[in-house]
Amino acid sequence: MDQAEMLRLYKQMVVIRLLEEKCEELYQKGKIGGFMHLYIGQEATGVGAVSARLPQDNVITAYRDHGLAVACGMSPRVIIAEMLGKATGCCKGKGGSMHLADVNLKFWGGHAIVGAHIALATGLAWADKYRGSDAVTLCFFGEGATNIGYFHEGLNLAAVWKLPCVFICENNSYGMWTPVANASAVTEIRRKAVAYGMPSDQADGMDLLAVRAAAEKALAHVRSGQGPYFLEIITYRYRGHSMGDQRPYRTQEEIRRWQTNDPIGKFEKVLLESGVAQAEIDRLEAQAEADIADAVQFAEASPFPALDDIWTDIYVEN
Amino acid sequence: MMSVITMAKAISQAIAEEMERDPGIVVFGEEVAVAGGTYGATAGLYERFGPERVKDTPISEGVIVGAAVGAAMNGLRPVAEIMGINFAFLAMDQIVNHAAKVHSMFGGQFKCPLVIRTTSGGGRQLAATHSQVVEHLFAHFPGLKVVAPSTPADAKGLLKASIRSDDPVMFVEHATMYSERGEVPDDPNFVLPIGKSDVKRPGKDVTVVAYSKMTSVSLKAAQQLAAEGVEAEVIDLRSLRPLDLAPVFESFKKTNRAVVVEESWRTYGLGAEVAARIYEECFDYLDAPIQRVAQKEVPLPYSAELERYALPKASDVIEAVKAVL
Repeated sequence: MDQAEMLRLYKQMVVIRLLEEKCEELYQKGKIGGFMHLYIGQEATGVGAVSARLPQDNVITAYRDHGLAVACGMSPRVIIAEMLGKATGCCKGKGGSMHLADVNLKFWGGHAIVGAHIALATGLAWADKYRGSDAVTLCFFGEGATNIGYFHEGLNLAAVWKLPCVFICENNSYGMWTPVANASAVTEIRRKAVAYGMPSDQADGMDLLAVRAAAEKALAHVRSGQGPYFLEIITYRYRGHSMGDQRPYRTQEEIRRWQTNDPIGKFEKVLLESGVAQAEIDRLEAQAEADIADAVQFAEASPFPALDDIWTDIYVEN
Repeated sequence: MMSVITMAKAISQAIAEEMERDPGIVVFGEEVAVAGGTYGATAGLYERFGPERVKDTPISEGVIVGAAVGAAMNGLRPVAEIMGINFAFLAMDQIVNHAAKVHSMFGGQFKCPLVIRTTSGGGRQLAATHSQVVEHLFAHFPGLKVVAPSTPADAKGLLKASIRSDDPVMFVEHATMYSERGEVPDDPNFVLPIGKSDVKRPGKDVTVVAYSKMTSVSLKAAQQLAAEGVEAEVIDLRSLRPLDLAPVFESFKKTNRAVVVEESWRTYGLGAEVAARIYEECFDYLDAPIQRVAQKEVPLPYSAELERYALPKASDVIEAVKAVL
């Protein structure tokens, strides 16, 4: 990876972090409604994996989707506008935080029924394979989703049909408030892929370069026509499952321990060691801050949808 | 030109003609490919269009519909089969939370042009979990279209329209009607619009509203009533969403009496919806309370005599008509 690319990915992680800190604030002010699930701590997972994709490759994920939206190239403007319920949001205010998407960037959402999008991913991958495209589908989900039927039906079908799909499990140790060991018969999630004859790997989700390398390997395997691949990324969310989660299911010590291994701080060190000047890093951070300030201003100034817009887009044909 | 063919043949013909026309159409489901479908409704497609376009799946209803939604979002036109509507409960989330919503919830970015073919209906001694008629549940959800034909010609014309539709369609076939025969146009451009009810028998004395198999049950009743001098107008809804009640209102304003016939249970059923809409739209024309004919409110039993007793039949329709006259 060249230095320009490393700087781009660093900035992307900072944008995600700042965007979400801003969203927390907007949520607390009551400007963002509904459920909101923050990605803070998991930035290297999405940014590292998506950075390995080609433009034709699909990305689909669950409801903790802000980070992947940015990683796929969505502007913070349309993301924040969507969360504010504005007409200029990526889904015209119909989707909200859990349903970000941009069809032109091949970011297929943002889906809020646990595991259901794993089934959609098989269809996305199948359509590309059917057309003879070499596109690969990257399907992200938490370890909690590996206990639901869709996960097993989806992995099985993908393996039987040799679909071009990388299943990426972001293992952040908790399904809502329940630790993985209380919910899953195996805690090393990659072992579940064995049941479907699928090759797998595991990567450190706090290390962007490790995630990137694992994703490159996975994508190469799938793109060569050998069928699906399973990648488990060990990561951690600093915030609760969703906003307002103050439950004592984990210790402050545990959170602090992970924070000392912060993916952004860690990658900053890599940049400095590779000869990037601190001033350059500061400049990127200032840019990221300006991007978020601009996005908030854009979103705040945007109009709400007209009431009559509830009738649009229910059907393609009326 | 017309040919007399079975319902199963009309369905496979509709799919084949559309596949010939559009290479983006794919067919998949349990036993649809090599075996040609549990009811023979996809017979010959695998041989004609090959293993990439006609595919057998594992017994995994959730991912069958999920894959259909994903493939439809990504540009294909999947025609997925769920072997029986009772198994659609296993895919309920994909149908109502995804197929019905991906277009609107993402602000119109995604289209979901898919067809879920499935069978419904009792009368085959399959006991309570395999005999339900629940398509009206799916018709509850905005975003879906629900089509249920009563004749081979309607099946062909409406299935072709469903496949051409850019919206998700549940296409519900009656499990006991696959071998029923009828005249069907040979013209590959024969397509019927979705959302148009059809007057299957004109009459002046009473309006009988039905769909799918209950249309033929109602027609049988109407024939017997005619012998007694009562002319029933039988209207086949053909789709439950969109629900085209204009011909029903028009008929009711003439007859002032209506009977709604549904194979499922009465409580929260289609008859309740249709009757309420008639009351709302035609109150001044009402001469008698609207009657609903439905299945007895029990899980359908296996034993043949009990099953027949529980399902609505022509004599029930006749009795209901006599009650409103």
